[in-house]
Amino acid sequence: MSAEPLTPLSASTGRLPQGEEVKQNVASRQQRGKLWQASLLFSVFVGLLVLLLLAWNIVNDAFGGIAVQEAVEVEALTGGRELEELAQPELVAILEENLRSRVLRNLNREQPLAERDAENLIEVILFEIIKPEVVATFSLYDYLFNRAEIEAQLAQDFPRAELEFKSWLRWDFIVNPMSSNPIFAGVRTALLGTLWLLVLTILISFPLGLGAAIYLEEYQSDKIFDERKPVGRFFNRVIERSTSIISTNIYNLSGVPSIIYGMLGLAIFVRALEAFTSGSFFGANEGTTANGRTIISAALTMSLLVLPVVIISSQEAIKAVPSTLRQASLGLGATKWQTIWKIVLPNALPGILTGTILAISRAIGETAPLIVVGASTFIVTDPTSIFSKFTVLPIQIYNWTSRPQDEFRAIAAAAIITLLILLLSLNATAILLRNYLRSRRVS
Amino acid sequence: MAMKAIDPQYTADTKYALEVRNVDIYYSAFRAVKNCSFGMERNKITALIGPSGCGKSTVLRSLNRMNDLIAGARTEGEVLYRGQNLYDPDIDAVQVRRSIGMVFQKANPFPKSIYDNIAYGPRVNGWKGSKAEMDELVERALRGAVLWDEVKDDLKKSGLAISGGQQQRLCIARALAVEPEVILMDEPCSALDPISTLKIEELMFELRQRYSIVIVTHNMQQAARASDNTVFFLMDKEDRAGQIVEYGPTEQIFQSPKDERTEQYISGRFG
Repeated sequence: MSAEPLTPLSASTGRLPQGEEVKQNVASRQQRGKLWQASLLFSVFVGLLVLLLLAWNIVNDAFGGIAVQEAVEVEALTGGRELEELAQPELVAILEENLRSRVLRNLNREQPLAERDAENLIEVILFEIIKPEVVATFSLYDYLFNRAEIEAQLAQDFPRAELEFKSWLRWDFIVNPMSSNPIFAGVRTALLGTLWLLVLTILISFPLGLGAAIYLEEYQSDKIFDERKPVGRFFNRVIERSTSIISTNIYNLSGVPSIIYGMLGLAIFVRALEAFTSGSFFGANEGTTANGRTIISAALTMSLLVLPVVIISSQEAIKAVPSTLRQASLGLGATKWQTIWKIVLPNALPGILTGTILAISRAIGETAPLIVVGASTFIVTDPTSIFSKFTVLPIQIYNWTSRPQDEFRAIAAAAIITLLILLLSLNATAILLRNYLRSRRVS
Repeated sequence: MAMKAIDPQYTADTKYALEVRNVDIYYSAFRAVKNCSFGMERNKITALIGPSGCGKSTVLRSLNRMNDLIAGARTEGEVLYRGQNLYDPDIDAVQVRRSIGMVFQKANPFPKSIYDNIAYGPRVNGWKGSKAEMDELVERALRGAVLWDEVKDDLKKSGLAISGGQQQRLCIARALAVEPEVILMDEPCSALDPISTLKIEELMFELRQRYSIVIVTHNMQQAARASDNTVFFLMDKEDRAGQIVEYGPTEQIFQSPKDERTEQYISGRFG
């Protein structure tokens, strides 16, 4: 340590603020901080605003008013009473009065009217006589705030139509299959397709991604073959090169646009491996012309898409396990694999699961690669195996939004809400799972 | 690959539990330690002292091949244990670490219960026995580390929920559970308060009856009062490699050092 005397401070030509100046200086620095804080708050509010607009936009379409016009009014049929109040013979009488004899004969051949119960008769009356028809659809905003205008318009165009509130998102919508009539169309086929895709993608990408992550994090620098022999050295070098190519490019892979993965899936899974992905190799014939455009092709494509993200997030979670724990385990005479299996993985699991679920829930909203891989746009049969034709919610939404009728726009909005609920519950699962695993791991 | 085993029956007439002969340790191209030769006596405490960067921790970690975990680390020379060079290419490091346990600078209990912390070592080493026998083993290890009375009612409690000093003794108990012969301690008290430190030192004296102990420490007083032999390391200014300056009974090193640099270091004039 040198004991050379310091140059006296006063000899320096610059100077620090003194006295009253200090107060002003601090005040102006604090001021600058406040400005930044305010602008940060502004960005948060912009985000919130966008979120609210999005939510409103969807709700505005998914709920609203419809104008229903009936070919014959109920009151005219029953003399002012509700259909539900009538007894079975009265309902039969109404049918016999209002239907032509040929139609009546057909109905009687199916099941004699006299033997049918009231519920069934009301259905027939609605379908054959009253024939309700949606003649106009209004958004929630118009329904709530432009009531007078709408009613005036209706009175002019459809004097007999009645304005009712309509929630397009309802239980029937979830459990009904696809239909060309928007009133009866539902998302069951698409929802089932999405769930199949979800489960298969998890089953394929989780073990593969986690496996790759463990290898890259824990084993990459290991020499598998005997270094003392030239052949062993050669193979060690080959493995080292290829794993280092993967580990340096994994981030690039996660940034590749999803449509490119779609093209890849089309070329490999749909075309080249058609014998396997169509199921014909396994003797599973669906009797449809799905070719390779099956759920399994889509799931494999989606797995390719999420694999880099699953690998990266698993790697991060594994990296976050303190190396002191690894050392403690190895120091007790545990092998590397025992250390990984008993110490590293249990501690990394919460992070790995959260990362994987978030990556997959992101992929479930993907449309582009599935269009390329050949998701069906109109399909009424539920998927029954991994070799079925399929459609998924985003495809269904995309399909409905591109139709001109207002009703399709409304059910598209309802389908969007269904998709959002599905995604939010997936993310919630991820969070709950993480919290559960963290709490179970005594810390 | 035929794996050589360390002969458990081997009893040479050497007084050393572990002996280092002409060891050089490299981190890639950099030689961190050179020409290291010394022996660690059976049932004695050997302290490795020296200023930061002198290679004493590196040497300690080479004694149970923990340096193998660092990419690029390489050890040349011989570390003899039961007449066997631990760096023989046919010796598996896993086998070495069971017999030569380690306690680290920062207490690192697993995020498991106290019981499972102790049981982990025996379990991974293929322990066979009943639940009652395992209970007994856990108790013996905790008693060995003078921790039993403090935690016997909380064996289900997390190993992280006890105090720092207790955690360090838990780590010692964990090491004892696999019945090692040598215990390596890398500055085990550097993060502890004086009372906990004293407890660990007392424990070391207890353990000396059954085990051979090697400890790295920065604390001169600790080396002076809690060791039988002392090895003093210093970095060679020219090639920045650590080397042994002096080695002998602690009393002699601290009271009549032969080398001027040792004298300067233990009297606190540099380092």
